[in-house]
Amino acid sequence: MDTLDLARWQFAIVTVYHFIFVPLTIGLAPLVAIMQTMWVRTGNESWLKLTKFFGKLLLINFALGVVTGIVQEFQFGMNWSEYSRFVGDVFGAPLAIEGLAAFFFESTFLGLWIFGWDKLPKKVHLACIWIVAVATNISAYFILAANSWMQHPVGAVYNESTGRAEMTDFGAVMTNNTLLAAYSHTVASALLVGGTFVAGVAGWWIVKSVRAGDRETARTIYRPAAILGMVTIVIAGAGVAASGDWQAKLMYEQQPMKMSAAEALCEGENGAAFSILTIGDLSNSCEGVDHILTVPGLTSFLGTGDFDGYLPGVQDLQTEYEAAYGEGVDYQPNLALTYWSFRLMIGFAVFSGLLAVAGLWLLRRGRVTENRWFARLCLLALPMPFVAASFGWIFTETGRQPWVVVPNPDPNGVDAIRLLTQDGVSSSVVAGEVIAATVTFTVLYTVLAVVWFTLMRRYASAGIAATSPALASGPDRPDSPDGGGDSSDDAPLSFAY
Amino acid sequence: MDLPQLWFVIVAFFWLGYLVLEGFDFGVGMLMRPLSRNDTDRRLIINTIGPVWDGNEVWVIVAGAATFAAFPEWYATMFSGFYLPLLVILAALIMRGVAFEFRGKINDDTWRARWDWAITLGSWIPAIMWGLAFANLVRGVELTADHQMVSSLTDLLSPYALLGAATTTLLFATHGAIFLALKTAGEMRDRAGRLAALLAVPTTVVAGAFAVWTQLAHSAHDWTWAAVVIAAVGLVVVLVATRARREGWAFGASALVIAAAVVLIFGTLFPNVMPAINDPANSLTIANASSTDYTLTIMTWVSAFLTPLIIGYQGWTYWVFRKRLTAEVIPPHAGLPARAGADGE
Repeated sequence: MDTLDLARWQFAIVTVYHFIFVPLTIGLAPLVAIMQTMWVRTGNESWLKLTKFFGKLLLINFALGVVTGIVQEFQFGMNWSEYSRFVGDVFGAPLAIEGLAAFFFESTFLGLWIFGWDKLPKKVHLACIWIVAVATNISAYFILAANSWMQHPVGAVYNESTGRAEMTDFGAVMTNNTLLAAYSHTVASALLVGGTFVAGVAGWWIVKSVRAGDRETARTIYRPAAILGMVTIVIAGAGVAASGDWQAKLMYEQQPMKMSAAEALCEGENGAAFSILTIGDLSNSCEGVDHILTVPGLTSFLGTGDFDGYLPGVQDLQTEYEAAYGEGVDYQPNLALTYWSFRLMIGFAVFSGLLAVAGLWLLRRGRVTENRWFARLCLLALPMPFVAASFGWIFTETGRQPWVVVPNPDPNGVDAIRLLTQDGVSSSVVAGEVIAATVTFTVLYTVLAVVWFTLMRRYASAGIAATSPALASGPDRPDSPDGGGDSSDDAPLSFAY
Repeated sequence: MDLPQLWFVIVAFFWLGYLVLEGFDFGVGMLMRPLSRNDTDRRLIINTIGPVWDGNEVWVIVAGAATFAAFPEWYATMFSGFYLPLLVILAALIMRGVAFEFRGKINDDTWRARWDWAITLGSWIPAIMWGLAFANLVRGVELTADHQMVSSLTDLLSPYALLGAATTTLLFATHGAIFLALKTAGEMRDRAGRLAALLAVPTTVVAGAFAVWTQLAHSAHDWTWAAVVIAAVGLVVVLVATRARREGWAFGASALVIAAAVVLIFGTLFPNVMPAINDPANSLTIANASSTDYTLTIMTWVSAFLTPLIIGYQGWTYWVFRKRLTAEVIPPHAGLPARAGADGE
């Protein structure tokens, strides 16, 4: 393996890993904020217990999102310095603004939220978690602005004398239609992850509590949380589907190669079928592709809005690209990876929908359930949207190969700005260094994945009892957690590491 | 001052914020083990920075991203050139960050001891490495004509660079000890105060030597003498104030020393961003490494609006958590028991 392959593997490992934690943070933070809002507005302590319970899980998760995020920023310079030189004038700005406009807010106000329970007035403390929730969304917007620009360069020109892309219209970069679609899709899927997480954990606890004879806890505490999670799934699910459709249509205009590869569509046709199962060999050639199960016309409909619309095949596009961008480069992404990651993204997301449908039925009109199959469905559904989100990114990032900055046939894009992945890798970095980094990150990340999973599992399965011990001791304890100014000098902190 | 020069100053400012703020975080982490006699002491020490360390760390992210946005060539050359030192820093920051959050999650001595190592190493390593990296930046590295850094690892370990590493290590340790004395009461305040007074002596010698060496050997400007003098005055105030147990004065002074060091480093670099030691013609300069004026204009407006806001709310955070901590206010462990099953699984 050369430096390029190593750097690509490293990027894949650290990025997929980072995006395990990110969607849960983006999706769970607003749900925790809603829980706390319910508590502040109604005074119902169930919501306080839920806030602390899911808040604890949010924090365990947040820590890993933060530390793995630093690697994301550094590795553009470390492994992809030629890419950084080429795009820095455009790509760096949203990254820097993300830090200033979002990440500072997130980190500072999360600290205030964690430690501020007895130090801040109730509503100010509530505002802290809302600021965190909003900031994670702003964060996503700017990061996706940077990513979308690589998928669809706008608002910039190629400067031949400096040999780099230069920004000419910041507004265009920030309103890139690729960005608007990607942002909607990413945030909707993050909410799907968060909703499924809350619904899964709370649903599992409903069954567990009812079976343990504690119908009251199931009904008054876990049921409202499960309903919140399931309603989130329904809303987010609709958002995921709608934004996904929008994104797919844009992608047929902007990156036809990616979408044709996703359908393993080798030759252009009218009324292209959507294939559900396709067998191919791993040679990445069209010869081995065999569509087994298809829905006629659906792909054309998804791409063009017309069941009879024309879609180009990867072989047509290869010829076209060779003419436009030069011969000697295989412009097809990895067909099997693109095809399957696209389907697995959709397939895994379906479990969340199942959970919501089953849950909303079983919990209808104040009911709780002791159905063991439902508890199993809760556990089964929990990891699924995470996996779906990972495949979504694997699809979107590998599907644009061999480009790191994709040239656009779309008239709104800037065709002159383009960069092959192989030209973006650091030229002064040697393979040994990349190996050292890849091994370090892989080992470190594996250990931390085990720790993260153990802590999430332990805290989720310990339930509200583990995160609200002070509340369990009764309502008449001296330092009530409802904030409102400083506690007395020698009172223990309400929270400490 | 043109826009690229303004952004050179802004990038320096983000580094200044980072090193002053996370400097005491690192110091607190470095001294956690030597200053503690039991677990409550350690928790007391960690909780002095608990609410703020994460916000402090964002300064480095913004410093890095601002370099990327304003000086892509600098960012690309520096980050690929300092590949292994940065890798070590990243690994340390990762371990340290999760350690604060995870340490108390399981109520078990072995568990805590492991995370204590993560905090200790995660604080010492970056304190050493940032000094090494900045000293090498000032000293100059080998650059090719197309701005690729080709210095070998042994080039990076020159006596001057090692003195730089010793400087940040000692400065941060002192800064951290002073912060601990400022943020605690009772026995811990005493202990940290005594250690700060002790550390102030070698810190003054080493940091003073580094500042003078930097000025004499690397700076082409007379005005950077001002930074050397301010650092020297700050060091003297640190010496005196730590002895007199005036923590507020001592902390202000140690922050001033770090700030003066950053001004000295960036002032010495100016107008280069990465001087080439092999051939000055290959140097990366503010002019040849910067983004377009259009990009810098946008960035200037965004920073002008947001930076005061950030300083405001971060300052407010310090105000909210201004109270001194003692071992008495540390609540009992809230973590789950070590063995799964004991919590009712």
